[in-house]
Amino acid sequence: MAIELNVNGRAVSVDVPDDKPLLWVLREDVGLTGTKFGCGIAQCGACTVQLDGMPMRSCILPVVAVGNRRITTVEGVESPAAMAVRSAWRELDVVQCGYCQSGQMMSATALLESNPSPSDEDIDQAMSGNLCRCATYHRIRAAIHHAAATLEA
Amino acid sequence: MLGKINARVTRPGLSRRGFLQVVGLSGAGFMIGCTSREPETAAQVAEGAAGAVADAVARTEFGPFIRIGTDNTVTTLIKHLDKGQGVTTGLPTIVAEELDADWSQMRGEFSAADPQRYNNLFFGPFQGTGGSTSIANSWMQLRQAAAAARAMLVEAAASRWQLPAAEITVAKGIVAHEASGRQASFGELAAAAADIPPPGEPVLKDPADFTLIGTRVPRLDSADKTDGSAVFTLDVSRPGMLTAVVAHPPKFGATVASFNPNAARDVPGVTDVVEIPRGVAVVADNFWSARKGRDALEIEWAEGDAEQRGSDELFGEYETLLSSGDGLSARNDGNVEAAFADAEEVIRREYRLPFLAHATMEPMDCVVELGENRCEIWTGAQIQTADQAAAAGITGLAPEQVVIHTMFAGGSFGRRATPDSDYIAEAVMVAKAINGRAPVKLVWTREDDMRAGFYRPMSYHVMEGAVDASGNITAWRHRTAVQSILAGTPFEGFIQDGIDGSAVEGSRNLPYSIPNLSVDVHMASIGVPILWWRSVGHTQNGYVTEAFFDELAAAAGKDPFELRRELLKDHPRHLAVLELAAEKAGWGEALGPNRGRGIAVHESFGSFVAEVVDVTVDDGDFSVDRVVCAVDCGIAVNPDVVRAQMEGGIGYALSAALREEVTLVEGEVQQQNFHTYRPLRINEMPDIEVHIVPSGEAPTGVGEPGTPPLAPALVNALAAATGQRIYRMPIGDQLRS
Repeated sequence: MAIELNVNGRAVSVDVPDDKPLLWVLREDVGLTGTKFGCGIAQCGACTVQLDGMPMRSCILPVVAVGNRRITTVEGVESPAAMAVRSAWRELDVVQCGYCQSGQMMSATALLESNPSPSDEDIDQAMSGNLCRCATYHRIRAAIHHAAATLEA
Repeated sequence: MLGKINARVTRPGLSRRGFLQVVGLSGAGFMIGCTSREPETAAQVAEGAAGAVADAVARTEFGPFIRIGTDNTVTTLIKHLDKGQGVTTGLPTIVAEELDADWSQMRGEFSAADPQRYNNLFFGPFQGTGGSTSIANSWMQLRQAAAAARAMLVEAAASRWQLPAAEITVAKGIVAHEASGRQASFGELAAAAADIPPPGEPVLKDPADFTLIGTRVPRLDSADKTDGSAVFTLDVSRPGMLTAVVAHPPKFGATVASFNPNAARDVPGVTDVVEIPRGVAVVADNFWSARKGRDALEIEWAEGDAEQRGSDELFGEYETLLSSGDGLSARNDGNVEAAFADAEEVIRREYRLPFLAHATMEPMDCVVELGENRCEIWTGAQIQTADQAAAAGITGLAPEQVVIHTMFAGGSFGRRATPDSDYIAEAVMVAKAINGRAPVKLVWTREDDMRAGFYRPMSYHVMEGAVDASGNITAWRHRTAVQSILAGTPFEGFIQDGIDGSAVEGSRNLPYSIPNLSVDVHMASIGVPILWWRSVGHTQNGYVTEAFFDELAAAAGKDPFELRRELLKDHPRHLAVLELAAEKAGWGEALGPNRGRGIAVHESFGSFVAEVVDVTVDDGDFSVDRVVCAVDCGIAVNPDVVRAQMEGGIGYALSAALREEVTLVEGEVQQQNFHTYRPLRINEMPDIEVHIVPSGEAPTGVGEPGTPPLAPALVNALAAATGQRIYRMPIGDQLRS
């Protein structure tokens, strides 16, 4: 059936089954592949997008449940926090394989949008749902602090 | 990974056959942008991998590895897979250095699959990435290639300006003649340079003059990997492409007896349900339909030839093997038996280490497009030559008719270098089963990936050590039961005297001065597929040797760091990293209550790493507070990437040490996904300090060597804090018992 979505500020109509997860709708039907598949059970965070600014695991979210909430993917972020996160990630060369990093950045952006100067404990809380097998955690933490400092300046 | 294959070292000189060739309109393969971005969208780039996108830039080839464009970009053709370890930055750095290019003009592009032009020089006529060899084997090859290109650009400028070449300089991508004020970019000179004969012996820089190597240059892949545009296999799209999900047998070695495809075929979107040698494939016009179709399959499996044993039984068999007598001897110095008989104290310990999954973030996947005389593959290919052969075998094509587009890989840790090509072969089988009617993307779910085998082998070790009355270690015996990684693969020929080197790497070359030392191994044969896992045999042997060493130090009444120093005095590179890590960590300083500090040192793949781990224990729980790491990898081409690999190798090892294990019950893998195989999370990541030993030696690798010392240093720290030692990995909640 046809489902109307708001993706990165754009109205999109897709013809997919109700139960198809948002992740696969974004990847296969909308053509935005920056959001990744990692586990399919909301355990790794590689599929993290924002719905009305809240981080959500798109791999278990049936597309029909999105409703009229605004979907933001890594390709569409443009808030000051998102820009600060992206440039901190580049400045500190956080990435290794890079596969989980879209999800990491979406979670980090949501954290900074609700808490502009997070402590290490705040970072643990907000980021512990995002796995990275390259173990770039050390730099993710540093990059979030760096982005927070940029936003404050 | 492929640690074994290092044995066959050949270092052919620079070939000038076909060194120069001007190529026309280019665009095949994706580029990794640095300061300026390529105009293509991610989707177009994926298409471009097939050569569909052409841009207006003419690129001149300077041999197989360097192309200079009229837009003044310098592209390094990268013959290795980048799965995060940073070769798409490291290899262009070597080129930029000898070319005197500006970093902002550098680009990277994965090369074609070609065992003649793009072989790993350590592997013979075979293209592949592994054994932490990428920088080491490309080091002189790329320096010579870039130095030759630089000389040709200078000659082209000299000819154009009618000035002596000796008066022309190159810096930051500008070719200049100071006295006359003339200058030109590489892009302006490249086409003319193509007509200059390459120098016979290009003059390489004195390392003292390096301006990029040894400094931090930004990664070339950071931009694309932070805006969603980097293209992984999962992101590849081809016109008319279908998606396949395959039902695999529940036990290793089982096969399909019969199946009923009807319910699967009824799922909207499903186009084909086909049996392949590895299971039953459900093919659909999208992933979700294929997956639902698979859920609807009814399959009877034939388990007659399947591995039916569980982990406990397998450990029991290994124990029996070890008690049956000596295995194959890998080393025998002095007389161990006599030394044990004379010893003041003999310590005997047994260690059990589990199967481990690589659990890359991107589950295995592969795109195949099968034509009449051509098979095109898009995947994070790690051993392209084996993958070409596997696809050729399945399709009946010649290996050179198999075209591989190497994609960014979402992690590997060894997983993507499977000698039988595993999931790549599976994707080709599916494409063949539908008669090449459409391109097929094979997608494994996390559960498929977790249960597919190719684990780090489980192993059982019996360690014995003798200490004399003066506190000297007089004998050491290390006995292991473990599977061979190479047996039954195309690499079987590397097994020497029955011993798969991966079983004894890090044990037979124990560096400590111990007069009586023996190492033997039983090569077990069981039906669970295993593979190299970040640092291969060093993960087991580094653990048991360095954990056991601390027990002998305690028995000898000596400080574990001081005893290591004493017994490593003939091994200066081991000693240097050991002392550096100890000094930076403050070894010997008093720690507070409930705290412990441990140390370990290990050489792997030509690099030397020592780590000091600090822990705090609290009523059976513990936290890892800090890891101080010292590494000697020869010349550090990019110190920041070296640091990143140490950080990552430490995190990967810590993850395994804390909780990871794959277990079997009646032949079935018990772990399914990240809720039952639980990797390290950010709240568990310790502070890490990495110190790099300055070196003028040729560079070695860093992808793997950070991993082995972590687990022994950790358990040594826990023992220092609690007195309790760990003989069975992972650590789990053993401190609570």
